[in-house]
Amino acid sequence: MKRRVRIIPVLLLKNGGLYKTVKFKNANYIGDPINTVKIFNEKEADELVVLDFTASADKRGIDFKKITEIAGEAFMPMSYGGGIKTFEDAQKIFDAGYEKVIINSTLFSNLNIIKQIADVYGAQAVVGAIDVKKNLFGKYKVYSHSGTGSTGHDPVEWAKTLEKNGVGEIIINSIEQDGTWGGYDMTLIENVANSVKVPVIACGGAANVEDFKKAVNKGASAVAAGSMFVYQKKGMGVLISFPSEKIIL
Amino acid sequence: MIAIVNYGVGNLTSVLNMFRRIGADAVITDKAEEIKRADRILLPGVGNFDTCMQRFNASGLRSEVEKKAHEEKRPLLGICVGAQMITRGSEEGKEKGLGWVNAETIRFQLNDQPQLKIPNMGWNELIVSKESPLWNNLPPEPRFYFAHSYHFKFDDETMVTGKAYYGYEYPVAFRNGNIFGTQFHPEKSLKYGMKILENFSKMEL
Repeated sequence: MKRRVRIIPVLLLKNGGLYKTVKFKNANYIGDPINTVKIFNEKEADELVVLDFTASADKRGIDFKKITEIAGEAFMPMSYGGGIKTFEDAQKIFDAGYEKVIINSTLFSNLNIIKQIADVYGAQAVVGAIDVKKNLFGKYKVYSHSGTGSTGHDPVEWAKTLEKNGVGEIIINSIEQDGTWGGYDMTLIENVANSVKVPVIACGGAANVEDFKKAVNKGASAVAAGSMFVYQKKGMGVLISFPSEKIIL
Repeated sequence: MIAIVNYGVGNLTSVLNMFRRIGADAVITDKAEEIKRADRILLPGVGNFDTCMQRFNASGLRSEVEKKAHEEKRPLLGICVGAQMITRGSEEGKEKGLGWVNAETIRFQLNDQPQLKIPNMGWNELIVSKESPLWNNLPPEPRFYFAHSYHFKFDDETMVTGKAYYGYEYPVAFRNGNIFGTQFHPEKSLKYGMKILENFSKMEL
């Protein structure tokens, strides 16, 4: 059986520019999103995730003009997340040329939005994002609003809740591993991937293709990363890249 | 001119974006008049089968599309659920399909392979099983983006032009005269999909 695992660059958008964070903080300017997306076309990225990562925390609206412009240059599957509050928001994002919406903060007050969107666009179009950090006692907890909102939820239970409410996919991001090049939080990935039937995308901390393979072995259906696609190496300058190596299951 | 039929569902913008990049003359339209003027038809579809059929039936565009497909015999391409709609019906719902090919749409039969998640979401290599104008000059090792839980099941192989493997081999592309369908999303499949849409925009039947 041949199965190509999706490798997904995550692009963090803010005020029309691309940034990269470390542990969800210290946003560093990377460059212009349009140029970056053009490079990912040439390098044949499997899929792109665009996250306006502080849209909810900063209470900004969705930058429809910019995300439409980005999608116009992207000839691969595109997901968008950030500041999505209503079905109408999602509708406009689909109309802009994205096939998936990624929802996080809104879910803590409105789980029904999943079904609203999935009924029209299909479950595959709704991705639940779960940002996770360990608390003082070493327990995994889910955070909203770009890591600033403590929700008290356990990630495995929350993943099951999202699945029950109809998401087609879950992206699980470790806040503590974000931007560190320290590898994924494998325990977290394994716990979540084994508790749901929908595909789980691993995110947060990947430094190389070895990390991807480990996450896939732990049950991830796809792997996402930021830093390793936008920097040359840890602590070095900006360089947009995409691995030519395929991961075949 | 290519009419991308807007009956209220689907990701039409990415299809239009790709036609624009190719330099093909395409419009997203919900007007029968415009479809009447078109020389080829793109039938999109995403999400739920019944929702798509109901909206297409209610759109007032179906008869014009059928005229193009059956009387004028213009090239018509269905994508994803748009292609499933061309079959007689789907296990996903109760609505009748268009029935322009001898196939049903069924759910993936993967109970014996629980490690394979449904929907099948991601890239699969195309296995060309029959010549098709859509396959002209495809780049080597063509791969395409899929996002689906249901797939075509043909009565026989005569219309099947391409297959893919997900747990087992299944049909992903068909041709019945001027009517074409792909389960995958060419508009999201990089240079591989761009070639297919280019072939569609240029084919002379």
